[in-house]
Amino acid sequence: MSEHLDAMRNFVNAMNQGSPHAMALKMETVSLDKEGAVLRVPYDETLIGDPDTGVIAGGVVTALLDHACGQAVHTGLTEFKTIATLDLRIDYMRPAEPGKDIFARAHCYKVTRSVAFVRAVAYDVDPADPVAAAQAAFMLDSSPGRGFGANLKDRKAK
Amino acid sequence: MSDPVDSIQASLARIPYARFLGLSIELHGDEMTAVLPFGTHLIGNPVLPAIHGGVLGAFMEMTALAQLLITEGQARQPRVIDVSIEYLRSGRPLTTYARAEIKKVGRRIANVHVEAWQEQRAAPIAAMRGHFLVTPTEPKS
Repeated sequence: MSEHLDAMRNFVNAMNQGSPHAMALKMETVSLDKEGAVLRVPYDETLIGDPDTGVIAGGVVTALLDHACGQAVHTGLTEFKTIATLDLRIDYMRPAEPGKDIFARAHCYKVTRSVAFVRAVAYDVDPADPVAAAQAAFMLDSSPGRGFGANLKDRKAK
Repeated sequence: MSDPVDSIQASLARIPYARFLGLSIELHGDEMTAVLPFGTHLIGNPVLPAIHGGVLGAFMEMTALAQLLITEGQARQPRVIDVSIEYLRSGRPLTTYARAEIKKVGRRIANVHVEAWQEQRAAPIAAMRGHFLVTPTEPKS
């Protein structure tokens, strides 16, 4: 189990660095353990959603929560599996404070054969005073046989 | 008379995050389509490659906000209360489109549904339902 977590720590760092969008947001994994994952996006003026207040766009929080929930799934598994987000529900409680980094803490609380369930909060200072909360479901073994460049091929009619 | 597309494009241009994503809108009559040209900075999964799920969620959120500004006219930017995103197909490295349908606008809350697609409108890649806190410019009767 801890070997899996060690491997996953390396994997999530590679996943952040290999994901252009995570890199564009300067997203990084702060911690990864059996409780789940904590990720951070530093405050950046290019990510402002409301120019009148300087508050970061809700979309940044959405991307951070999606990414954090995905990494939390890997902490809930005992071996590596490909995953895909099925649905993501986000409640926005309050605007993030301008100038502050945003964190997301995600916990995978149930894994079945095909689906993993995750809860997460996004916060700036205190996880008990969240900016947003999320609930997500992920499909496991989402892309069997879909290798490198699968999305570059023509989509089969279905 | 100011063109509503110009005024919305101007509002979008003022939002750094909208520029970061690279989205724009097209308006035909009262029907708005949001357009998100593909850019490598939008990729979440480099293996397939696939657009980041968070980008699709953010794009649909912005589509709903823009539609509310166009249809309702808002004194200030509507605030997102909650969104529920359904991922249907992986986002390929192509231009993504989205259209929003305002299901109900009350005095304070609006309910909006959004669908995003790429090559085929009938094969959406993601959908979103959300509630937004609105402040209409004029009182509704």
